[in-house]
Amino acid sequence: MMKEEKFIGAIKFGILSPDLIRKMSATAIVTSEVYDENGLPVEGGVMDPRLGVIEPGQRCATCGNTLARCPGHFGHLELARPVIHIGFVKHIYDLLRATCRKCGHLKIPKDEIDKYLNLYERLKDKWPQLARSLSEFVKRKAIKNMECPHCHAKQYKIRLEKPTTFIEEGPLGRLWPNKIFNWLDQIPSDHLRLLGYDPNFSHPKWMIIRVLPVPPICVRPSILLETGIRSEDDLTHKLVDIVRTNEKLRESIASGAPEVIVEDLWELLQYHITTYIDNEVPGVPPARRRSGMPLRTLAQRLKGKEGRFRGNLSGKRVDFSARTVISPDPYISINEVGVPIEIAKTVTVPVRVTPWNIDEIRKYVLNGPNKYPGANYVIDPTGRRIDLRFIRDLKAVAESLKPGYVVERHLIDGDIVLFNRQPSLHRMSIMGHIVRVLPGRTFRLHLAVCPPYNADFDGDEMNLHVPQNIEARAEAKTLLLVQEHILSPRYGGPIIGGIQDYISGAYLLSSKVTLLTQDQVSDLLASINYDGEIPEPAVLSPKRVWTGKQIISLLLPENFNFSKEAKISSGVLKCTDEECFWDSYLVVKKGKLLLGVLDKAAIGAQQPESMLHFLVREYGNAFGKEFMDRAFKLFLRFIEMRGFTMALTDIMIPEQAYEEIKEVVEEAKKEIEELIKMYREGKLESMPGRTLEETLEIKILDVLSKARDKAGERAVKYLDPFNNVFIMAKTGARGSALNITQMTAMLGQQSVRGQRISRGYRGRTLPHFKRGDIGPEARGFVASSFVKGLSPIEMFFHAAGGREGLVDTAVRTSQSGYMQRRLINSLIDLVVEYDGTVRSAYGELVQFRYGEDGVDPKNTSFGKAVNVERIIEKHVGWKK
Amino acid sequence: MSGKKKIRIMDHELVPKHEVVPKEEAIKILKELGVTPQQLPLLRASDPVAREIGAKPGDVVRIIRNSPTAGKIVIYRFVIAG
Repeated sequence: MMKEEKFIGAIKFGILSPDLIRKMSATAIVTSEVYDENGLPVEGGVMDPRLGVIEPGQRCATCGNTLARCPGHFGHLELARPVIHIGFVKHIYDLLRATCRKCGHLKIPKDEIDKYLNLYERLKDKWPQLARSLSEFVKRKAIKNMECPHCHAKQYKIRLEKPTTFIEEGPLGRLWPNKIFNWLDQIPSDHLRLLGYDPNFSHPKWMIIRVLPVPPICVRPSILLETGIRSEDDLTHKLVDIVRTNEKLRESIASGAPEVIVEDLWELLQYHITTYIDNEVPGVPPARRRSGMPLRTLAQRLKGKEGRFRGNLSGKRVDFSARTVISPDPYISINEVGVPIEIAKTVTVPVRVTPWNIDEIRKYVLNGPNKYPGANYVIDPTGRRIDLRFIRDLKAVAESLKPGYVVERHLIDGDIVLFNRQPSLHRMSIMGHIVRVLPGRTFRLHLAVCPPYNADFDGDEMNLHVPQNIEARAEAKTLLLVQEHILSPRYGGPIIGGIQDYISGAYLLSSKVTLLTQDQVSDLLASINYDGEIPEPAVLSPKRVWTGKQIISLLLPENFNFSKEAKISSGVLKCTDEECFWDSYLVVKKGKLLLGVLDKAAIGAQQPESMLHFLVREYGNAFGKEFMDRAFKLFLRFIEMRGFTMALTDIMIPEQAYEEIKEVVEEAKKEIEELIKMYREGKLESMPGRTLEETLEIKILDVLSKARDKAGERAVKYLDPFNNVFIMAKTGARGSALNITQMTAMLGQQSVRGQRISRGYRGRTLPHFKRGDIGPEARGFVASSFVKGLSPIEMFFHAAGGREGLVDTAVRTSQSGYMQRRLINSLIDLVVEYDGTVRSAYGELVQFRYGEDGVDPKNTSFGKAVNVERIIEKHVGWKK
Repeated sequence: MSGKKKIRIMDHELVPKHEVVPKEEAIKILKELGVTPQQLPLLRASDPVAREIGAKPGDVVRIIRNSPTAGKIVIYRFVIAG
């Protein structure tokens, strides 16, 4: 059978005319009854069988097809009186005001109309945007005219009483839809065209509904509940309401009921049809189900995140994907992802049988769908799918395999998959991983790939997709693999790198004091399967011991030169060149780590110009991956050997220290008292551009923050500078100096909106203070530390400051998320072409050269294409 | 206000160098870039700079401006009526 090819040349949108509605209708709806006493749909009801097949096996009364092939058919309902379509109210309002109440002409002199029409015709095709504004302009002009230039009839003001009532402040009074219909019908075609309407396809008179299309049943299927009770769709309910009201209206008209009653029913019909189209119109009480839930009618089906457009058309769900909780596994490679067996048995890879793999694939088929590693489907060359779940004799199927068959086998180690965590904000949010099938029910991922995904393990879930053809797999392997994304295009540094314990471990291992015995060295190197030579120990006597730096050097390339200040190089440990007593200046020459410690500045994630950065840049992504896999395992093994924890004693300070802190606080308080006194006496001089009050606040904040820093310094003095908390803060593994200060010394000033906490009661924050007290305690200064504990008042202020932080994050994420969405939607089609230009989808030039210099930021250092200093260092071994 | 002294906008330091490209050269440039004139960024003939350099609709204007990434960059605009 030949397939007939048809092409869509163009699409035109318009308004359905009553004639068209009747023409495309399979049946007229004439009764509000839906089912008869036998439970069969009534002919002429809203569930008329001619509107389409409902139950499988049935044949359609209209087209003769079965359920799967019947597209459904529209019906129609003749309304006793016309009503207004809620979606067109604005158009109707504008047209009523722009045209004459008597002759229906546009209220603009004839010659002007001709002039504008001429202009409009010329603009229409080339500049549709301009044509639209011309229409708008003409309309505004016509509305202003209170006398018809054609028939000289006086015009009256027309009022729109939301949502659907039009009233003329003149002899006509209330404009019922039938009057509006006659009015719109009078408007000459040319005038409509000038206003931007196409009278052949969307004549405004069709905005008044006289015949209502009744959608096919498959658009509003009824559900059979377990109890056997039929539950109708919201749309069907609404249609029944409409038909019933229409019936009543027709009867009262026929029986000559008083006009008031007819009008009441008319309004009711208008209400039902309005809510049928849109149940969220302002000013109209939404139609509800018996449970009180508002009905989901036509507009609601399309609108919003879960509507037809965003939910079904733009947001598609896919096969061959999996989602589960993630958890860490430092023993796998950064390129890998641990996949639970259960998932590996469900998502499959299609493999074509060839003479070279037939034996292997036979084994999969023999194992069947339940035994891992097996296969779920066999597809023979004719395209027939054999579901192995229902095959008793797997052996026969395995025997029947021949080259050309396709087998959907389970995921096995070494397959490549795409791994993704939402929100997918940058390209590193979806990366290719090599499968590692593992026991358990979670995805396992290497800790170093947490930063690009922004993942942690507090319950995060991630998605996995299996590419289904060779091209996709090849693309994933060459472009999407994790190692290809170590360097971020955002700032050119490694976004994948050491975090937390990797940094602490690297620091401890590379520290001067670390000396390792033969046993320890063997243990460490065995953990990374090192099979090279072990160098001569740095110390031969009294015991042969190796330094940690020697071990790390084993992983560095032989010709690698590098030097940089370490993260710990600050304060008293500051070093700016190789002459460094504190070991805080990192020096690598000819692949030997000679001096300095490894910390965040050397191996950390998101640290440009670091040792890791240059290793990856100069020795390639594959080397970078290999280095991270091995070095990070080594660091972890070492930190395990040494032991690393955080204890309360790490942040405890003696009584004496508290005395000192108290002194600091007293001093600050005195200073502030002085400031307040000066302010009260008017002696305080205001800073430029500030009021006196602002000046005082700034000065107080300044004093208090200095007090906190001073208290922190005093407290830290009593701490062991090599305790674990300190190591973490110093090396950048976790926490900061401020965190330590807040734990040991004091929290300091709490703030809301960058100001001291000042709101609450009249003139005071809490009833514990006097009105007008602007001293430190009354405005949220917390002098306690987390170790000491907060007083109830302090705890209140701390909570107030903390709440603001939470609200801020919530607001920021939603706002920046929306901004990102808009940016992506506007930039999505821009492409860097092979000639280096940036172009839109239409080939329009946006940039003559990408970024004006044609440089990929991924391969730069801080946006500079060439880093001369680094080149010198790389080859000569020293800078400058 | 004297009002008589004409301000030469081209002298302003924020206005980069503009010049009308001769027809033959313009054709060559378009060919090199592989674009139709309409696909270039547009410049209205009523733009103060276009008026200053006497660019007519249909001309191609060369702009040489400073760039934070590339130092100097040459771009072209197609002059349209308006």
